[in-house]
Amino acid sequence: MTALEESIAPAPQVKDGVDQETVDAVREVGGAYKYGWSTDIEMEYAPKGLNEDIVRLISKKNEEPQWMTDWRIEAYRRWLEKTEPDWAMVDYPQIDFQDQYYYARPKSMEVKPKSLDEVDPKLLATYEKLGIPLKEQMILAGVEGAESAPAEGRKVAVDAVFDSVSVGTTFQAELKKAGVIFCSISEAVREHPELVRKYLGTVVPVSDNYYATLNSAVFSDGSFVYVPPGVRCPMELSTYFRINAENTGQFERTLIIADKGSYVSYLEGCTAPQRDISQLHAAVVEIIIEEDAEVKYSTVQNWYPGDENGKGGIYNFVTKRADCRGDRAKVMWTQVETGSAVTWKYPSCILRGDDSQGEFYSIAIANNMQQADTGTKMIHLGKRTKSRIVSKGISAGKAQNTYRGLVSMHPKARDSRNYTQCDSLLIGDRCGAHTVPYIEVKNNSSRVEHEATTSKVDDDQLFYCRSRGMDEEEAVALVVNGFCKDVLQALPMEFAMEAQQLVAISLEGSVG
Amino acid sequence: MALAQLKQDATDARLAALSMPEGGWSAAARRDALGRLRAMGLPGRRDEYWRFTRPDTLNQPAPPPAAVLDHGEAPVFDAVDRLKIVFVDGVFDAAASDDLSLEGVTIERLAEARGDIHWARDLYGTLEARGQDPVQRPFAALNTAFATDGLLVHVHGTPSRPISLIYRHADTGSDAILHHVLRVDSGASVTVLENGPAAARFNKCMEIDLADGATLHHVRAQGRDHERRAVTHLFARLGSESVFKSFTLTANGMLTRNEAVIEFTGDDAVAHVAGACVGDGDFHHDDTVFVTHDAVNCESRQVFKKVLRNGATGVFQGKILVKAGAQKTDGYQISQSLLLDGDSQFLAKPELEIYADDVACSHGSTSGAIDEEALFYLRSRGVPSGPATDLLTLAFLAEAVDEIEDETLAAEIAGRLEAWLERRRG
Repeated sequence: MTALEESIAPAPQVKDGVDQETVDAVREVGGAYKYGWSTDIEMEYAPKGLNEDIVRLISKKNEEPQWMTDWRIEAYRRWLEKTEPDWAMVDYPQIDFQDQYYYARPKSMEVKPKSLDEVDPKLLATYEKLGIPLKEQMILAGVEGAESAPAEGRKVAVDAVFDSVSVGTTFQAELKKAGVIFCSISEAVREHPELVRKYLGTVVPVSDNYYATLNSAVFSDGSFVYVPPGVRCPMELSTYFRINAENTGQFERTLIIADKGSYVSYLEGCTAPQRDISQLHAAVVEIIIEEDAEVKYSTVQNWYPGDENGKGGIYNFVTKRADCRGDRAKVMWTQVETGSAVTWKYPSCILRGDDSQGEFYSIAIANNMQQADTGTKMIHLGKRTKSRIVSKGISAGKAQNTYRGLVSMHPKARDSRNYTQCDSLLIGDRCGAHTVPYIEVKNNSSRVEHEATTSKVDDDQLFYCRSRGMDEEEAVALVVNGFCKDVLQALPMEFAMEAQQLVAISLEGSVG
Repeated sequence: MALAQLKQDATDARLAALSMPEGGWSAAARRDALGRLRAMGLPGRRDEYWRFTRPDTLNQPAPPPAAVLDHGEAPVFDAVDRLKIVFVDGVFDAAASDDLSLEGVTIERLAEARGDIHWARDLYGTLEARGQDPVQRPFAALNTAFATDGLLVHVHGTPSRPISLIYRHADTGSDAILHHVLRVDSGASVTVLENGPAAARFNKCMEIDLADGATLHHVRAQGRDHERRAVTHLFARLGSESVFKSFTLTANGMLTRNEAVIEFTGDDAVAHVAGACVGDGDFHHDDTVFVTHDAVNCESRQVFKKVLRNGATGVFQGKILVKAGAQKTDGYQISQSLLLDGDSQFLAKPELEIYADDVACSHGSTSGAIDEEALFYLRSRGVPSGPATDLLTLAFLAEAVDEIEDETLAAEIAGRLEAWLERRRG
C-alpha cells in the first residue's frame, strides 16, 4: 500500500486504487460545462413572483379548461401551508420564491406554430447546437458515430421544452399511426382532457411534498405520453428541457401512461446556461404502468452545476414516481446525474401489481461544490414483486453525494425480492459520500439484501468474467458498467457520448 | 407549532414527576443537562430518530406496570467469579452486594460521592453532552439530570475479576434511573458485566472514558421474557490504541432501546459493538448505534442479529461517521434479521457518512426467512424440524455471539440462547 502510494505521489489528491482514467473522466465531465451559452431571444414573462393571479395567468396562457385551473389553485393553496423539507444532506441559501419568474416563453411562440417549419429558426438553432436537431430525420445521419448506426438509421421523437413552453414535437404523425400520443402536456390538457384528468396527480398527489405541490400549481409544460394497449412504441421518445431565461424557474410536468401490454422507452435530457444566480427547477414525473406493460425511463441530467466556487447552478428538486398498477408491470429508471448545484431526486417505484418489477440504476457524479441527495424508493405491495437498485455515487472536489433510499416490503407482498447495491467513490479528501438507506420488512417470505460491497453482482456473470482471466474489480466494473451501457447507448447523440465517458469510471477504491 | 407545544407539554409532565438530587460536585452537570433536555424536549413520534420506535411509554410520567417475574433459573453469569453489585429497582442493595473493594479499581456510588471535588466531575454528563450532536438523545440528558444512583468506577490496574452489575426487578411500578461513569487509565483493563431486567421502566446511561491503551470488555444480558421498558445509552470515548468491545443479549421483553455512541479521538483504536436478540410476540427491540471516527487508522465493527416471530419488531439504526482526516478507517456494519413467521418485522436504517477518501467502510443489511435448503438438508439427515430450526437460528446468531472475546462468557450467552429457543419451541 505504502509503496503504491508513494509511486503516485505527484497527484496527492488521488488515492491508490483509483486509476488516472477515472480521475480524468470525472474531471472532464465535471470540468468545463459545455452547454453554458445562452440564446439571445425575445422573451415574454409573467410578472415576477408567485400568487393566485400568476397561477391563473399560467393556466390562461396554456389555454386550459376550468378544471385544470381549479386544480392548480388548490395546489397553490396547499403549497402555502407546507414547509420546505430540510432532511436532505444539502445546504443552500433560502430560496426567495417571490424573486422568480414562473412563466417565460419566446415571443415567437405566442402564436403556436402549426409545424416545426414555422418555429423561430433561432430556437431550432439552439437545439441544433445542443445536438438535438428538431427535424424528422434519421437521427444519427451525418453526425459523429453515424458509422455505427444501422443502415436505415434510428428514429427518436423529441419534444423540446424551452423555458416554460414546448417548442415542438417531432414524429407526431408517425406515432399517431401506431396509436401513440406524444405531445406537450399543455396540448394534452386541451386535446385529451379525459386521459389527463383520469391520471394526473394519481401517482404523485397534489400535496405529496413541498416541491411537487409547487409544481402542481405552476407547471408550465412538459411531455405527455399515452401508449395504447398492446402497442410497442415504434421509436424512442425523448424530451429535451432547456432553461434559457434568467431568474426563471422551470416547472415541467411529465405524464406517461403505458396501457396493458404496451412498451415505451423514454429519454430525458436537460441543460441550462451558465449564470451567477442559481435557478430553480422543480419537476414532477408520473408514470402509470398497467398489466404486462413496460416503461424504461432514462435521464441524463446535466443542468448547469455552478462554478468551482459554488456560484450559480440549478437547484434541481424533482419528484419522479412510477406506479406499476397491473400485474407483471415493469419499470426501469436509469439516471446519469452530472449537473445541478443541488439535486434532490428520488425516482420511485410503487409495485402494486403482483409480479411487477422495479429497477433503478443510477450514476451520480458530484464535483466542485455540487451537492446531490438522490436515490429511490421501492414500495412492494403486490405478491412476488421484484426490485433491484444499483447506485454509484462519485464525489470529487468539495462535493457531497448522498444515496438515500427506501425499500419497503408490506405484509401482503409475499415472496418478494429486493437487491440493493450502493457504491461510492471519493476522489480527494475534501468531498463526502453518504449512504442513508431505509429498510422496512414486514413479512418473512420476502428477501431483502442491502449490500455496500462490490462482490455481490450477478455471480454467474462474474464467474464468467473471472474465468476469462479478469480480476474481481475488472469483472465487477464490466458487469455493472455493461448494465448501464445498455441503457446509455440508447440515449440520443450528445448525451450518449457524454454519458459514455462516465462508463470509463471504474469501481476501484469504492467505499460503502 | 402545535407539534412543538405537544412536545413541550409532554416534557413538562415528565419533569414534574422527577426531582433532581441536590448539591455536590454533579450539580452543575445536572443543571446543564436539564437545560439541554428543556431545549430539545422529549422525543415525539414524528422525530426522525424515533421513526421506528414509539417513545410514548418512555415519555409518560409514570411507567406502565410490569409484572415481577421469576423464571426459576440461575441468573446469567452466576457461575462466573466476579464482584457482584446489586441494584433492586434502581436502588443499591448493600446486603446483596459484595464489598466494593477490588484490586486495580476504585468503585464508589454516585449517591454517596458527596463533596465538591471528585474525579468523575470532568466526565459526568460530559460524554453525554458530546453525544448530543449531531443527533439529539433527550433520554440521556434526562438521565444525567435526574439519575438517583449509579457507579463511579476508576480502573487503574487490571482487576482479577469482572465487575458485575445485577439489576433486579421487585416492584411492578418502579422507574429506575441509573448513571454510571467509567474511567479506564492508560494500560488498564477491565471486564464489566450487566444483567437483569432492572425495573418496570429503566433509563440507564454509562459514560466510558478509555485512556490510551486502555481496554474494556462489556457483556450485557438484559433479562428475559419480562414486561420492562428500557432506554439505555453507552457513551464511549476512545483514546489511541484503546480497545472497547461490547455485546448485548436481549431475550424477549416489552420494549428496549439500546443506544451506543462511540467516538474515536485517538489513533489506532478498536471498537466492536454487537448484539443478539430473540423476540417472540409483543416485543420491540431497537439497536441504535452511532460511531464517529475522528482519528486515523481506527477499526469499528457493528454486528447485530435479530430473530423475530409472532409479531415481534426488530429495529436497527446504525451510523458510521468518518470525519475529514480520519484516514485509514476500517468501518464495518452488518445488521441481519431472521423472520420466523409472517407477522414479524424488521426495520433498518444503516447509514454511512464519509468525509475521508482513504477508508474502507462497508455495510450490509439483510432480512429473510430460514433457509429452506439448509432446513431440508438437516431434515434429510434425521434432525426433526424444531431442533433443525433452532440449530440454524443459533448458527445465524453465532456471528454476533462470537464477538465476545472471553470463551466462558460466550458459552454462557450461547447456552442461554439455546435454552430460550428450546423453551419457546414448546
